[in-house]
Amino acid sequence: MTYDLSPLLLTFRLATVTTVILLCIGVPFAWWLANTRIRFKPAVEALVSMPLVLPPSVLGFYLLLAFSPEHWFGQWLDRVAGLRLAFSFQGLVVASVIFSFPFLVHPVQAAFQNLPRSLSDAAKVLGKSNAQTFLRVLLPNIKPALLSGTVLAFAHTVGEFGVVLMIGGNLPNQTRVASIAIYDEVEALNYAAANFYAGILFVLSFLILLVVYMVNRKALK
Amino acid sequence: MIQASILKRLHGANGDFRLEIELTVGEGEFVALFGPSGVGKTTLLRCIAGLEQPDQGRLVVSDESWLDDTIRINLPPQLRRVGYMFQDYALFPNMTVRGNLEFALRKGSNKKRVDELLGLMELGELQSRRPDTLSGGQKQRVALARALASEPRLLLLDEPLSALDAEIRSRLQDEILRLQKHFGITTIIVSHDVGEVYKLANRVIVMEAGRIVQQGSPAEVFSAGQTSGKFRFTGEILAIDPMDVLCSLTVLVGNQIVRVVAMPDEAEKLLPGDRVMLVSKAFNPMVLKLD
Repeated sequence: MTYDLSPLLLTFRLATVTTVILLCIGVPFAWWLANTRIRFKPAVEALVSMPLVLPPSVLGFYLLLAFSPEHWFGQWLDRVAGLRLAFSFQGLVVASVIFSFPFLVHPVQAAFQNLPRSLSDAAKVLGKSNAQTFLRVLLPNIKPALLSGTVLAFAHTVGEFGVVLMIGGNLPNQTRVASIAIYDEVEALNYAAANFYAGILFVLSFLILLVVYMVNRKALK
Repeated sequence: MIQASILKRLHGANGDFRLEIELTVGEGEFVALFGPSGVGKTTLLRCIAGLEQPDQGRLVVSDESWLDDTIRINLPPQLRRVGYMFQDYALFPNMTVRGNLEFALRKGSNKKRVDELLGLMELGELQSRRPDTLSGGQKQRVALARALASEPRLLLLDEPLSALDAEIRSRLQDEILRLQKHFGITTIIVSHDVGEVYKLANRVIVMEAGRIVQQGSPAEVFSAGQTSGKFRFTGEILAIDPMDVLCSLTVLVGNQIVRVVAMPDEAEKLLPGDRVMLVSKAFNPMVLKLD
């Protein structure tokens, strides 16, 4: 019996795109958060952590409202960038980036905070620019956190359901990711297909986490 | 030649105080900032390096203005070209010993400088090791070599030897002295170890609560008014044993256990665990040469 592989492929495409975007914005953000002394830092930290505690449906609901063509934000996006985020792959990416943000930012921020300040001081005194200091001294010394943050964000995106359902719906090849497909198949009493998707996600998630723990154990030695 | 005048509010353990320093250091001089911790020695050093901003101040190094708040000059640390040795050495864990030194090279400087420094500091065999596999003394040598690799115009040492034991300390003091002479570089060291200051510096600046209270050569500063014909040691009483007419006291002085006699009425007031001062006339001590 053959199954449609597109939900799985879509899931991994979504997770990959999300993770790459997260790395580009999350790592500098984590560095900023680790070093900033602004007064409203607790508020920023709380905001970043919100996806950890909010039901995904809450986040999805508000994002759906914001993305809808009726809303000023959705209209603005459409007018300026020609983007329609509700029920589209791009919409899923934006939502996933927000939803998985703390999974990348938290470990990376903690690692930046644990680096002795004298390291960046030393690089500065040696005449290195902030960019050189960041790329050659700071980043290489937080590799384990960078790895676990990346993998957690990836895995979390693979496993997300509520947000996707709220703002993506169930459009084949657009927004029908594996977790949605499982739900759909079960509703249609198609247990074999559901089992197929579920089994693959189960095994893959386990393997991903296994690799993280193994690599981090090695890094600690 | 360095002329500094630094003013900065500091939050110390015993409340706020002002760091107010006027300082001139001559070319090639080796100056020690001496004083208890928390009086602003490290802050002063960090202000000179540009790692901290004073509230007001001027800093002129070899006729170049590094800092002048009246005309808003504040050179970033990158452009000041100082060699700075941090208390925790701040070696980059992701680089080898050689990598740390090479990272420190200025653009366009000769790579041979790394080899020269590795040779001078006898680090050749350690060059491909990572910092976390080195001992404290080795790390210190790497940190010193790295500070010098950037061809600094000024060397700042922040309690570089405080974490090391006495023997390695003394060897590294020789090393620092040798390199300072070799490169003829103006050096400022923060220290609260009298022996270290005596050995290394030609001038001591004694700081208290953010101010300079005394300065001069180590001999002047440390012996003025204190020279006496007596030895004084402080120690802790370990045991008191009565013997016939006298009492024998066993006292721990530093790492040595000494035994002295005391009159019974003196000993009566003492208990094991008490801290005491032993004073002895030094009119005819034996002097033995060590090497």
